Amino acid sequence: MSSFQEIIFKLKQYWAERGCIIQEPYDVEVGAGTMCPETFLRVLGPKPYRVAYVQPSRRPADGRYGENPNRLYKHSQLQVILKPSPADVIDQYLGSLEAVGIDLRQHDIKFEEDNWEAPTLGAWGVGWQVMLDGLEITQFTYFQQCGGIDLDVVPAELTYGLERLTAFLQVKDSVYDIEWAPGFTYGDVRFQDELQFSVYNFEMAEVGTLWKLFDLHEGEAARLLSAYPKYPEKARFPLLPAYDQVLKCSNLFNTLDARGAISVTERVGVIQRVRKLAVGVAQAWADQQGAAQ
Amino acid sequence: MSLSFLLEIGTEEIPDWMIAGALESLRGQLESLGIAARMDATPRRLVARAEGLPERLPDTEERVMGPRKSAGEKALEGFARKQGVAPSDLSVEGEHYTYLRRKAGRAMIAVLAESLPAIILKITFPKTMYWTGKTGPRFIRPIRWIVALLGSSIIPFELAGVRAGAMTFGHRVAHASACSGGLQSAVPVTIETYEQTLRDNFVILSATERRKKIETEIVALGARLKPDAALLETLVYLTEYPTPILGEFDPRFLELPEEVLITVMRHHQKYFSVEDASGHLAPRFVAVMNTSADPEGLVRRGNERVLRARFNDARFFWQADQRKKLADRVADLAHVTFQAKLGSYLEKTERVVEMVRSLGGNENAQRAARLAKCDLTTELVKEFTELQGVVGGLYARAQGEPEEVWQAIYDHYKPESMEDSIPRHETARLVSLADKLDTLRGCFRVGMAPTGSRDPFALRRAAQGVVKIIVEGGMSIPLEGLIAGDPQLTEFFEERVKFYFRDVRGFAYDEVNAAIGAGWSDLPELAARLLRLQKIRLSPDFEPLAASFKRIKNILRQAGFTGGVFDPALLEPGPERELFDEIIRAAGQPIETMIGALRPKVDLFFDKVLVNAPDPAVRANRLAMLHGLLEQFRTFADFSEIVTNS
Repeated sequence: MSSFQEIIFKLKQYWAERGCIIQEPYDVEVGAGTMCPETFLRVLGPKPYRVAYVQPSRRPADGRYGENPNRLYKHSQLQVILKPSPADVIDQYLGSLEAVGIDLRQHDIKFEEDNWEAPTLGAWGVGWQVMLDGLEITQFTYFQQCGGIDLDVVPAELTYGLERLTAFLQVKDSVYDIEWAPGFTYGDVRFQDELQFSVYNFEMAEVGTLWKLFDLHEGEAARLLSAYPKYPEKARFPLLPAYDQVLKCSNLFNTLDARGAISVTERVGVIQRVRKLAVGVAQAWADQQGAAQ
Repeated sequence: MSLSFLLEIGTEEIPDWMIAGALESLRGQLESLGIAARMDATPRRLVARAEGLPERLPDTEERVMGPRKSAGEKALEGFARKQGVAPSDLSVEGEHYTYLRRKAGRAMIAVLAESLPAIILKITFPKTMYWTGKTGPRFIRPIRWIVALLGSSIIPFELAGVRAGAMTFGHRVAHASACSGGLQSAVPVTIETYEQTLRDNFVILSATERRKKIETEIVALGARLKPDAALLETLVYLTEYPTPILGEFDPRFLELPEEVLITVMRHHQKYFSVEDASGHLAPRFVAVMNTSADPEGLVRRGNERVLRARFNDARFFWQADQRKKLADRVADLAHVTFQAKLGSYLEKTERVVEMVRSLGGNENAQRAARLAKCDLTTELVKEFTELQGVVGGLYARAQGEPEEVWQAIYDHYKPESMEDSIPRHETARLVSLADKLDTLRGCFRVGMAPTGSRDPFALRRAAQGVVKIIVEGGMSIPLEGLIAGDPQLTEFFEERVKFYFRDVRGFAYDEVNAAIGAGWSDLPELAARLLRLQKIRLSPDFEPLAASFKRIKNILRQAGFTGGVFDPALLEPGPERELFDEIIRAAGQPIETMIGALRPKVDLFFDKVLVNAPDPAVRANRLAMLHGLLEQFRTFADFSEIVTNS
């Protein structure tokens, strides 16, 4: 039986052998691996890219104080980007399942339509949720648009839910019972995170402070974006730092939302504000990459 | 020689619900090439097969007109040269030289090679993608291989970087060559071996056969299913080699409402629910695998674990939601948007309560209206949105609300379709009506009326539901009054009323137009009139009378009749007088009697009497009498709308 970390090692190894750069998690809070610059920005433009990384993904509203066996404030995604998508991408993907010890001939695998859309990123794609014996283990997406830009080259994005996949392989009913490493369960490693962030997000986060932070990060991103058009040396303009500010905004929005602090009328408006920044960065980035060639 | 034809478009998994439409689109396009194809599909292939294709299209002839006979030899030679023949090959027709050009029919294989790429890309899907690059072809999912055969020849073409050939692919994982290690390997086919080769590689090409396999094997499992034709259809097109298996769950979950359990199984897991002998939900389910067998029970156990986790979630939400009563959640609706321009659900709730009150709803109806939307703030509905209403009803029952109240909440989204039943009692109907009417009035007011096929708020369904509830519930609701002041909404509703009686109830369209012509402010009364009209129509007197009415209407229109005083003294004795006497006698009698009595008199009148009498006073008097005759029926139907044979 493979531990959580062994499954991660095997998947990274598998994708490394297929030409992927193995990255470490991005060090700014994100809601999904898609939001990391390694995906969000790299899919733009014509340059091929292949990367795989584990990304802890924070969804404040999904926190359950560590009480629900399947739902987590912070879960781990293995994110794989293959740009352009190879013709045998699905076979490669199925191979990765075999690599972690799933004998596909003994199981039932289905590809059920599931199109992905992230309004705050101006991004969408078509694809499937991959079902293994009735369990959704991967989201498979062919990106079509990102930051409101039609993509030149279509990447395939594979997002594995690592806790679910491990619980499946280890035959565990609760994610807290899966073995992370010999002698340590997932609960040993992560229970405190789940409990304390649930308490913070639902009960103690100071709404006024969060709004202030949101405004500050938004202001910084907007300031940079408005400076880009006139900046003489495009290649050295700090768009990556600007994007970090957008990610901060996004996470603050999610926290405020979980805290119940965003009213009906505000909600649409705040999503719009984040989207505007994300799209702004994407467009400037596409321009910057174009200028560099 | 006639040839067989096979086209297999191999793709990545196509969404199940799009497949039937895609096949129909492909079939239609092949038909325009003169090919009558049989269509088949699995999630990974769209297939067309046909027999009896000609090797060549028929030869064609074309007569090319040359110079006049009178033109010189030079012109003649020039024309012949241009046609590539000697002057002696030309013939003379009338005043001109002509040349009969014969064109050999093109080889079918060349025609197909040329047309198939465009035909394939023209298959219509509700949504498409590109995958080879921004300017590349669009299809529902990437095309990965193509088999295109005419007889034993490959039809040579290329599409999206894929060359048509004679190699197909079997099932993704269960195929015969699995033991060789590789997941996917191509298999050669001919037209004759195609279907059997697929079968050998765990692909059942025929949807009918897949459906049958699922059905018979479920019977063999000994499971009694809750029938679910739509789910069966989904599974037929989600699998290439379907095999049902029977799983179990902990009977303790049966404490949760059946509605919740079935929704989890059906919508989230695509499982069939199973009944016990007495028709109650049994702690079992049937899943349909896309593979041939589950000898070690791994798939069954996997599905059982997933279901257990889902049921645990549902139980967790159910218990968590009980901590706050529905009645304490009304204020929270201020945070749930109904529609950006129409404010929150709290505002909507207040409007609906008010409408229920003004329509004479009792205390229970008003309470149900107040609580109806509160389940939108519960965890269970956030997780299972399709259970809105139902969950609210179940919570209200658990929290001790009166039966009338919880049932009204439970039913207030009904009818969800024209086949669905209406809410179960008057209170529930009132809440449901008010909720739908409020949505309709609001959306029309802020300019969100449906246009063409775009109806994102399902306003047609809502209006249809209103009509169905009022008619089938026999409710006296002043519908026209409730939507008055919005001509667009009134027109929209009139269309829905017509649709309901025509398409749902099956009345003839002219009967519907005739009955609506006499008003539709009271829908149950309109329904009663339609039923009578349908019976009256069978009487031999009816259609001739209706034809006469149409004639009267035309006469009045042509005469520009705007009203006039009728004076019996001006009547001529004979048919005119007799008709008048009959009109007087018939007044106040049932329509059924009137028709038989009036018809011979009306016929005789038109036979013998000239309406356009030379004396203007007599003419005006006759017009007034005819107008009066029409008026007798005005509150029943506008008979001139009836389409007659005469």
